[in-house]
Amino acid sequence: MAEFLEYMHGMGTDLLGPVWPLAWTVIKIAVLLAPVMFCVTYLTLAERRIIGFMQIRIGPNRVGPFGLLQPIADAVKLFVKETLIPEKADKVVFLLAPIITLGAALTAWAVIPFSPELILADINVGLLYVLAISSLGVYGLLMSGWASNSRYAFLGSLRSAAQMVSYEVSMGFTLIPVIMLSGSLSLKDVVAAQSGMWFVIPLFPMFVIYFISVVAETNRAPFDLPEAEAELVSGFATEYSAMSYGMFFLGEYANMLLVSTLGVLMFLGGWLPPVSWLGFIPGIIWFLIKLGVLLFAFLWIRATFPRYRYDQLMRLGWKVFLPFSLFWIFLTGTIIHLVGAV
Amino acid sequence: MGLNIMTVLDSFALRELVAGLGVTLKYMFKPKITIQYPEQRTPLSPRFRGEHVLRRHDNGTERCVACKLCEAVCPAQAIYIEIDPGSTASQRLTRVYDIDMAKCIYCGYCQEACPVDAIVMGPNFEFYSETRRGLIYDKAKLLANGDRWGKQVDANLAANAKYR
Repeated sequence: MAEFLEYMHGMGTDLLGPVWPLAWTVIKIAVLLAPVMFCVTYLTLAERRIIGFMQIRIGPNRVGPFGLLQPIADAVKLFVKETLIPEKADKVVFLLAPIITLGAALTAWAVIPFSPELILADINVGLLYVLAISSLGVYGLLMSGWASNSRYAFLGSLRSAAQMVSYEVSMGFTLIPVIMLSGSLSLKDVVAAQSGMWFVIPLFPMFVIYFISVVAETNRAPFDLPEAEAELVSGFATEYSAMSYGMFFLGEYANMLLVSTLGVLMFLGGWLPPVSWLGFIPGIIWFLIKLGVLLFAFLWIRATFPRYRYDQLMRLGWKVFLPFSLFWIFLTGTIIHLVGAV
Repeated sequence: MGLNIMTVLDSFALRELVAGLGVTLKYMFKPKITIQYPEQRTPLSPRFRGEHVLRRHDNGTERCVACKLCEAVCPAQAIYIEIDPGSTASQRLTRVYDIDMAKCIYCGYCQEACPVDAIVMGPNFEFYSETRRGLIYDKAKLLANGDRWGKQVDANLAANAKYR
C-alpha cells in the first residue's frame, strides 16, 4: 500500500510537476468523501425503509430492486428543480449558508481514522479538530435564518442555534472522561487505548448522554424542534428549494454519520473486535458494523419518540446532562487519582 | 417540590424509553399491512359507490323512465336530464342524460331515488379524464358502462336486495 502510494506520487510529480500536489489533494478528498456521500444518500433510504417497517409499512420499494435506486431518483429530482431565492433575501448569505453547513459536516472527516492505516490526516489533536469544525455548522443555520427574510426561518434558526450550542456543551463534557482515560486527543490513540476494554463499559452513562446529546445536536427527532413543522413549517429550511435545500439535507445526514463515527471511535473501540479471537475479521468491517448499529439507533429513536417541548429540551440539556456529566468527570478524575495513572 | 427518589432513579434508568424502543423493535418484525395497490387490491363492499352505470332490461331496452327523481335529489346538481319528445304513455325515454363527474360527490342518492334501478353506482373507481369535457358523461357513456360492469352490478344489487 505504502509503496504503491510512493509510486503514484513519483509518477504524478513527473507528469504534472508543480500542479501535482494540488491534484493529489483533490484525489485524496474525493477518495474520502465519495464513500461518505454514498453512505449519506443511502442513509436516507435506510431511514425511510426502517421507519416504515417499524410502522408496519413497507416504505419505498418501487425504484429499482428493494427501492435501491430511490436515493438516485431523489438526487436527480433535487438537481433538476429550480432554486428559488426570496426577493428580499440576502442572496450571497442565503446561498452561502447551505454550503457552510455541508462543508463543515464534510471537513471534519479529514481526521477520522477508519482503521490504523486508513486515515487522511493523522493530527494529534484530532478530537479537538472535529469538535471545532462541527461547531462551525451552526453558522450555516444562523445565516440561513437571517438571510431568508422569513419569520419561520428566523425563529427556526434561532432555536436551532440555541439547541446546538447547548448540547455541544454536554457533548463535549461527555468526551472529557474518555480523554482522561486514554490520555490523548488523537483519535487513533483513543481507539488504541481501548484495546483492553471499550470505554463504553466503564463510561456507560457517558455514552448514553453522548448519544442523546448528539441526537439533539444534529437536530434529529425527538429533538427536531428547529423544523417542528406544526409551528415553523420547516424551520431554517423554509425558504430553500432544490439543491440548496438538498445541501442542508445532506449536511444533516453527514452530521449524523459524523457523530456516530465519533461515538464509535470514542466509546465502542473503533476498528477493534469485541473479543480478540475475532481479530481475523478486518478492522474496517467491525468499524462499519458498529457505525451501522449507532445509525440504526438514530432511526429507531426517530420512529419511537414524540417531539420534546422546547423548554423541556433546554432543561434536559442544562439542568440534567450538564451537572451529571460534570459529576462523572469528577468521579473519573477521583478514581484515576486513587488507582494511579492509567 | 417533593422529588421521590424512586421516580428520579426510574427516569435516570430510562426505563420507559427502553420499553418504548422495545415496542417499535417488536413491530419492525411484524408482518406488514401495506397493500401494494396495482398488484394487490382491497376487497370492495357490494355497496361500494363508484362510477355510475345506466342499466338496461334483459331485452336490451333502457330501464330509465325519465322520471327525473335522481336529477331532483342530486345534492351537487350534477345530473341533467331531458325527456325524449317521442315518449308515449307506455314508454317514457330520455333524450339527454348527462352526469358531470367533476361535480358528483358519490353520495349514492341517485341510486336510492331511482324507482326502476336504472342509475346504479358501480364498482369501478379507476377512471380518469385529461379534460373537463371528458368528465361530463353522456347517456352513451353511461349505458356503455352499464354493459361493461353489468354482471358485477347485478351481483351487487342481488347481494344487497334483502336490506333494501
